[in-house]
Amino acid sequence: MSEPSNPGKSALDRRSFIAAAAGSAVAAPLSARAAGSDANTSVVSDATLALDVILRVNGRDRQLSCDARTTVLDALRERLALTGTKKGCDHGQCGACTVLLDGRRVLSCLTLAVAAQGHDITTIEGLANGDRLHPMQQAFIDQDAFQCGYCTPGQIMSAVACVMEGHAQSDADIREYMSGNICRCAAYPNIVAAIKQAAPQILKG
Amino acid sequence: MQPFSYQRVADPAAAIQALSNNGGKHSPLTSGAVQVLAGGTTLLDLMKLDVMQPAAVVDITPLSTGWSEVRLDGDTLRLGALARMSDVAANAEIQKAYPVIADSLKLAASAQLRNMATLGGNVLQRTRCTYFRDVSYAHCNKRDPGSGCAAMDGINRMHAVLGTSDHCIATYPGDFAQSLIALDAAVEITGPAGNRSISFAELHRAPDNSPQLETTLRPDELIAGFTIKGRWPRSVYLKVRDRQSYEFALCAAAVALDVQDGIVRDARLALGGVATVPWRAAAAEAQLRGQRLDEALASRVAEVAFAGARTHPHNAFKIELGRKVVTRALQQAASMEI
Repeated sequence: MSEPSNPGKSALDRRSFIAAAAGSAVAAPLSARAAGSDANTSVVSDATLALDVILRVNGRDRQLSCDARTTVLDALRERLALTGTKKGCDHGQCGACTVLLDGRRVLSCLTLAVAAQGHDITTIEGLANGDRLHPMQQAFIDQDAFQCGYCTPGQIMSAVACVMEGHAQSDADIREYMSGNICRCAAYPNIVAAIKQAAPQILKG
Repeated sequence: MQPFSYQRVADPAAAIQALSNNGGKHSPLTSGAVQVLAGGTTLLDLMKLDVMQPAAVVDITPLSTGWSEVRLDGDTLRLGALARMSDVAANAEIQKAYPVIADSLKLAASAQLRNMATLGGNVLQRTRCTYFRDVSYAHCNKRDPGSGCAAMDGINRMHAVLGTSDHCIATYPGDFAQSLIALDAAVEITGPAGNRSISFAELHRAPDNSPQLETTLRPDELIAGFTIKGRWPRSVYLKVRDRQSYEFALCAAAVALDVQDGIVRDARLALGGVATVPWRAAAAEAQLRGQRLDEALASRVAEVAFAGARTHPHNAFKIELGRKVVTRALQQAASMEI
């Protein structure tokens, strides 16, 4: 295989960037998270050093030390032992890694852990209330809305958000707004049925 | 993914200062050593593929409080660069006064991606050309200037038929940009020398001899927002693709009409999925002004829109398909109840 071309490399040395950048922005430790204010603090990290990151996952602050490259998906699965969130394509194409960030559905594979600080992350592990399943989880079971189950956590997280957004008004609406979650087993008709079952219960609160 | 340093900035001046490390102002923004992170949906994807390898990433999302406004003030619309695609698509005022904008955003990507992606990042989204995205292909003039173009003799079904050159036929992939170019939006740009404004049509560069140069932005500039004068309630975005949803366009048309007493007073037409850059079909628009729009005129206009199209072995179908999309989009716009 030929050597990959390397357009992004330049003469800019990483340490000199840090030095230059630190001159204009106040360098603050990344772990200095004061609820809400963190997002407004200028921070500079060095590519060669691990970052201290605090993620608020399912209502709990979780501390980890990680490389800047770590995605929320890898932080959840590899560092926090929350393996419910699945890695499918790792490129934002399949939806298996869907989580809620401040209540909005996003792709954890394209979200950097360091950039997700100060936000509330909800994963499939955070949906149930003790032993009582979330209405969407129960509906997926009732409607047999999966076969192999690999895409299911992402489907369920996406489905919860789909209902909350008001995008579960009709079958066509559900299909359009759930198109970012791919199911290779093609359980789609049953997924639509599950969302229709759960939607009134979720909206009723 | 290659290692990078991460910086989060809380004000535009700090972002521009960080970008000043990108060096020469004539170097292409997209291969700069310092890259801006907003939604991250293009940047992190391409970094995982090693197509982009910045030494430093500047996270500008803390600016979003002031930079994500959607404001319709009289007949002037302002869209902040950090507004999320989903929020703008769901805005009731936009849906009423600018259906072409709301639909071009709604029909792009998936719900998750639209929640993440920002308007500024969206217009700078990079091509989906397979040969560009896969670094194991040695020949890509966009990635490696002068190396050749693997798409010319490769699988080029998805590639462009308008605005191509002998060096690149990569399709501009976005949808929203077609609305902006059709409505003659202005782009507000902030940089070390202050703010400047350009017409949206001046933002992207056709490949010509330098496919690696994709925009006229300098490496130390940020898009701050977009401004549109006038309301366009009679407008549509029609997107035809291989799947019903969550797919890039084979051909798309952004149409905006001002019709009075059955006569077209002003007409805007832009094409997506078929060109190397957001493509305004100005000659085709000119055919519409002062005319009564019927099916015969719509199909004549569609012919003009694809005059000069240049095909490759697998994408010749885009001309016929494109003409039909333009014809249908014009008729849809003309028959809208507003």
